Amino acid sequence: MSQTSPYKVEYNLKVVRQFAVMTVIWGIIGMTVGVLIAAQLIWPVLNFETSWLTYSRLRPLHTNAVIFAFSTSALMGTSFYIVQKTCRTALFSNRLASFVFWGWQAVIVLAVITLPLGLTSSKEYAELEWPIDILIALVWVAYIIVFFGTLVRRRTPHIYVANWFYGSFIVTVAVLHIVNSMVIPVSFTKSYSLYSGSIDAMVQWWYGHNAVGFLLTAGFLGMMYYFVPKQAERPVYSYRLSVVHFWALISLYIWAGPHHLHYTALPDWAQSLGMVMSVILFVPSWGGMINGIMTLSGAWHKLKTDPILRFLIVSLSFYGMSTFEGPMMAIKSVNALSHYTDWTVGHVHSGALGWVAMITIGSLYYMIPRLWSQTEMFSVRWINTHFWLHTIGVVLYIVSMWISGVMQGLMWRAVNSADGTLTYSFIEGVEASYPFWFIRFAGGLFIVAGMLLMAYNVWLTIRAGEPTVESIDVAPANPTTKPA
Amino acid sequence: MSSFWSAWIIVLTLAFLVGIIWLLRWNMHNYTGIKEGELMDHDFDGIVELNNPMPKWWTYLFWITIVWGFIYLALYPGLGNFKGLLGWSSSNQEVRSLEESREATEAHREAGLIVQYDREMQQAEEAFGPVFEAYAQQPIEELAKDSEALKIGQRLYLQNCAQCHGSNAMGGKGFPNLADDEWIWGGSPEAIKHSLLYGRVAQMPAWSEQFSDQEITELAAYVLSLSGRKVDPDLASAGQQNYGVCAACHGMDGKGNQQLGAANLTDNIWLYGGSQAAVEETLRDGRNGVMPAWKDILGEDKVHVISAYVYGLSQ
Repeated sequence: MSQTSPYKVEYNLKVVRQFAVMTVIWGIIGMTVGVLIAAQLIWPVLNFETSWLTYSRLRPLHTNAVIFAFSTSALMGTSFYIVQKTCRTALFSNRLASFVFWGWQAVIVLAVITLPLGLTSSKEYAELEWPIDILIALVWVAYIIVFFGTLVRRRTPHIYVANWFYGSFIVTVAVLHIVNSMVIPVSFTKSYSLYSGSIDAMVQWWYGHNAVGFLLTAGFLGMMYYFVPKQAERPVYSYRLSVVHFWALISLYIWAGPHHLHYTALPDWAQSLGMVMSVILFVPSWGGMINGIMTLSGAWHKLKTDPILRFLIVSLSFYGMSTFEGPMMAIKSVNALSHYTDWTVGHVHSGALGWVAMITIGSLYYMIPRLWSQTEMFSVRWINTHFWLHTIGVVLYIVSMWISGVMQGLMWRAVNSADGTLTYSFIEGVEASYPFWFIRFAGGLFIVAGMLLMAYNVWLTIRAGEPTVESIDVAPANPTTKPA
Repeated sequence: MSSFWSAWIIVLTLAFLVGIIWLLRWNMHNYTGIKEGELMDHDFDGIVELNNPMPKWWTYLFWITIVWGFIYLALYPGLGNFKGLLGWSSSNQEVRSLEESREATEAHREAGLIVQYDREMQQAEEAFGPVFEAYAQQPIEELAKDSEALKIGQRLYLQNCAQCHGSNAMGGKGFPNLADDEWIWGGSPEAIKHSLLYGRVAQMPAWSEQFSDQEITELAAYVLSLSGRKVDPDLASAGQQNYGVCAACHGMDGKGNQQLGAANLTDNIWLYGGSQAAVEETLRDGRNGVMPAWKDILGEDKVHVISAYVYGLSQ
């Protein structure tokens, strides 16, 4: 570090910049692949009779790219930014932080190569084969050391709530990844799960649902708790609400996995427990939304002029919507209708595109000018355009999937009253879904268009500025900042 | 599950829910030493937090879901080996064969337990069993003229058979076309019904041990010539020398044998592909066709109606 005074600490913003740029790039790639596979459902010819362009191989590429490339890069970058700022200290180790960045990008590049080649463990959201899994574990351990090492070296008496959420996400994802990825390798590129039958299914969905719970929910709540009060310039609504909803959310989520396995070979008792905890989980989930939205008290007028705040607040609305929808779908009798239909796909995307992507985009628009010595993005108007492109895209997506999902569920269960045979064959349900798949595809185009506009805006912002060098004065005379 | 694990689940679940209640109650009191509605005494990069109470409606919602959780766990299976006061289960989850399944269904019915799957199946059987019983009384040839029966048969076909034979019944590679009038195992109503009830296992042996690559090529040429396909006559006549072993099943004239499921080689219908290469592959590596048995899955009456539909396709 190039600090001159012993009481000057220079933040490591380089790794944050790297992650910020890659978040935008991976976002475009992951979402474009999503649009391609949405198109393939309508026009199967778009796989060009090429094995590595088939839906079955690109779908895991899409999910891995948006969850582990786009979302996780966003989480890693913002967590390194926020933990330094809110703990008034530099990262624990710049070398390890650099390893986290390059190691994680290597994981993603390996995913981009192996998944289209058809190398897969066949576990949803954990398709990568065992050598990559080991690399993920190593990078993640480095991430744990950097993040918690920084927390330990903090110069504040307390740990800010954003860091609680990031911390819970980082620790839990490590546990989930390691347990679910236990395999017996048979070759360098093929392995079989250590678990079998319904135990394997349960471990998979314990992992799968908590990837949603800790990566896509807890981690992004950490992001929300920093960028919403920052952008709104308002105090966080309720400290005690954050205590309750944090502990209740992380402890309830870990039980919820079995709701992915309703009416399967999973024992009834496990299904019931998963359902009960999922329904209770609804309340602490909303705790985060309330705390975020109420933080805007006294600053609602800013929504009129501030498209970044609009991204952040609308993302909280989608968060509230999908965390209401999720527990409802976890109820067995609702699940009997919704399971295996497009409704699930719509639900996931109202979380992924509405909540995760919008809070990330808003946060990046806040952070990127500050990382490149600017006061705001190159074009604030384009942020507004992006907001509308994205919002229209998400609404088209989830509304079409709701309709087709409920329609599929109803068609699959329709029975002729005269003879008890099923009214529709499966293929009739597929045929009826085409118009909605087209609307979903169109929604995806809006979203990718918005992301491309964002990339251009980011490019011009970076070009106009230069990397920020930021130090803080940590002289012992003033160890903490007194409250206002 | 052993009583240890059952106790483990019960204790863990209840202790956890009590913990959540404690968490909620603890935070409903102002323990912070800061007046309600004022700022907490910490600042993080300029972010401060208010000590507002939690919204009342939100805490009520929390209580409601927790109380509902306890009620649900009292009524339904959830707490380890405790079966719940309603005696409900989704299905007989621990059976390992159809026989065990039937026994469990019977035992649970006598014990007055609600096995949801069994209940639904029983209700369906009571409501619709007679419909199919009546159809089963009619001969298949008659049924194949009954448009109502054909519609039912078609729906059953689309649910159960279309996965392999296609929604238009034209089949695909390895799955016979049911819409033409060429039959591997016989096209009489009785033969069709037999295929459906008990399934079929067809075995074309692999000849790569017995014949050289050259001989396989020659045989394939001869087999294709039986269907009137244009082939190198020298190859075909060389192939004819070795055809004797094939004739055991497919007959000297190549017209096949429906008793054995040996395909007719003269009709230019090729289940596994009719190119020279595909026929060579069939000869070299053999083929194993399996039609599953539906008797225990759908029951004889429904199979009867599907048989009428399939029979009707070729009429």
